[in-house]
Amino acid sequence: MAADIIIEAKNLSKSFGKFKAVEDLSFAINHGDVYGFLGQNGAGKSTTMRMLLGLIFPDKGSVYIKGEKFGNGSRHLLKHVGAVIERPDLYKYLSGWDNLRMFAQLSGVPIATNRLHEVLEIVGLKGREQDKVKGYSQGMKQRLGIAIAMVHNPDLLILDEPTNGLDPQGIYEMRVLIQRLSKDFGKTILISSHLLYEIEQIATRMIIINRGKKITEGDVTTLLSPDDTNIDVRIGAFDITTSLKASQWASALTNAVDGKLQFRMNPSNIPALNKWLVAQGVDVYEINASHSLEAYFLSLTNEDNAKA
Amino acid sequence: MLRLELYKIFKRPRTYISFAIITAFALVIQLALVADGKNFISFALQGVNEQFDVKGNILNGYLVTYIILQSLLVQIPLLVALVAGDVLAGEANMGTMRLLLTKPVSRTRLVLVKYTASVCYALLLITWLAVIALALSVSIFGAGDLINLKSDSFVIILKDDVLWRYLAAFGFAALAMSTVSALALFLSSFADNAIGPIMGTMGVIVVLMIFTTLDLPIFNTISRYLFTTHMIGWKGFFDDPVPYAAITRSAIILAIYTVLFVGATIWWFNKKDIQS
Repeated sequence: MAADIIIEAKNLSKSFGKFKAVEDLSFAINHGDVYGFLGQNGAGKSTTMRMLLGLIFPDKGSVYIKGEKFGNGSRHLLKHVGAVIERPDLYKYLSGWDNLRMFAQLSGVPIATNRLHEVLEIVGLKGREQDKVKGYSQGMKQRLGIAIAMVHNPDLLILDEPTNGLDPQGIYEMRVLIQRLSKDFGKTILISSHLLYEIEQIATRMIIINRGKKITEGDVTTLLSPDDTNIDVRIGAFDITTSLKASQWASALTNAVDGKLQFRMNPSNIPALNKWLVAQGVDVYEINASHSLEAYFLSLTNEDNAKA
Repeated sequence: MLRLELYKIFKRPRTYISFAIITAFALVIQLALVADGKNFISFALQGVNEQFDVKGNILNGYLVTYIILQSLLVQIPLLVALVAGDVLAGEANMGTMRLLLTKPVSRTRLVLVKYTASVCYALLLITWLAVIALALSVSIFGAGDLINLKSDSFVIILKDDVLWRYLAAFGFAALAMSTVSALALFLSSFADNAIGPIMGTMGVIVVLMIFTTLDLPIFNTISRYLFTTHMIGWKGFFDDPVPYAAITRSAIILAIYTVLFVGATIWWFNKKDIQS
């Protein structure tokens, strides 16, 4: 429903010289979405996000925020949006508090001091706010960037690679924070990441772009149907291929090489598969279900690259 | 928003380098003249003493101030460009421009605020120069009549007639530095690193000053239209009579350049893609 759309890109195109960074790209983000934005390096993700925020001007196409056309003359619409694009570069010679306070004052809405304390609490920086940013770790900078993005309580958060440069603990904390922002604070989130597993964990809808064009878009649950889960099975040396091809598993079997079997099917079938293999006298060492946004992403982008 | 810009400028330690340089420069000249001022004065007045009997406190605070100002003709624009050349390019370099422009602030307003903040800095620098050069020199050397030596003549300005001229000259210098700020801001809008605009501003000023000072017919035609020719209009306040018409013309030309530079910056910045 149109009224639920927070931000919409219509036929966006952008070239840098002869290089077409984004080509005729359209999508819409609805209220409450955690919208994954996926693409290989150079696919046009950052350029698109920058166009959504008015940092880069599209050659063609338009951006609509809450139904209003966005441009230089309507920058007030940015009060509905908070963003961290690529790295959260901040004034290193100022404290975290000063950075937050300054950007809060530019956010187009009056913000009480209590709110600054509140967002610092949410992102887990309470107690470190008076430290200069030059002493912050990458994870702290990312969290301060998110605090700055959300301090004016915008409807939409745009987060470009928020886990970049973070260690595994930092990535986990960032994922938890983003999930909290969505579930507890009702934020609509547009997020891009190279870490497909992270997107898979938190996104409700997603778009995949390649070479500036949309390849697919939709609900994560629909796009990543459980029936397409990759099941990897490691077995002892035993030639089961002939029996498999004559069995009920033949249609799910995608590969069988050197004691490794690969199926694409619903994980609920794993117990039955295991029983069948054991009944055939096969030693089963390991069964792994990897679903897989990664596999899905790679199959789509490789297919698209092959066409090019 | 202006308050925030000023806060950012004056929270950076390097902003104070300019104030330190001016202080050091003025102090060095003052100390040198305390130590060897009599020889300097007798050398400077060599030609004059042949025809006139000059007596009194010649080496006074007003003359020392004039010597300091003459010596800082090139340095002050450089110090002004240090901040004005950094206001846009520095944000691009730090990556903060990206974050800044995700906020609902118009690009035109941002440019105007940054320009105003740069001018505030330039005004403070000029004020500091006035304090350190004029107030300190007068307190060290005392007040007296000002002898303004020129290449082919000299002007004596009576002690009671000097102070207002200095105030007017500092006011004019502030206008000239506003033009330098506007040029540095304009160059800053093209760059993602402050070094380029700072060096660019200095390059433009030095090259145009060569046009101004070289007495060649081809340069004379264009030099009257160059802002560098009019930047030294403050010297007119130390002539007798004061050439008000020429000073006003210079002020108008500087104002026109300022409007052109700021206008061009706004135009360009409003269509610039932020890729830093």
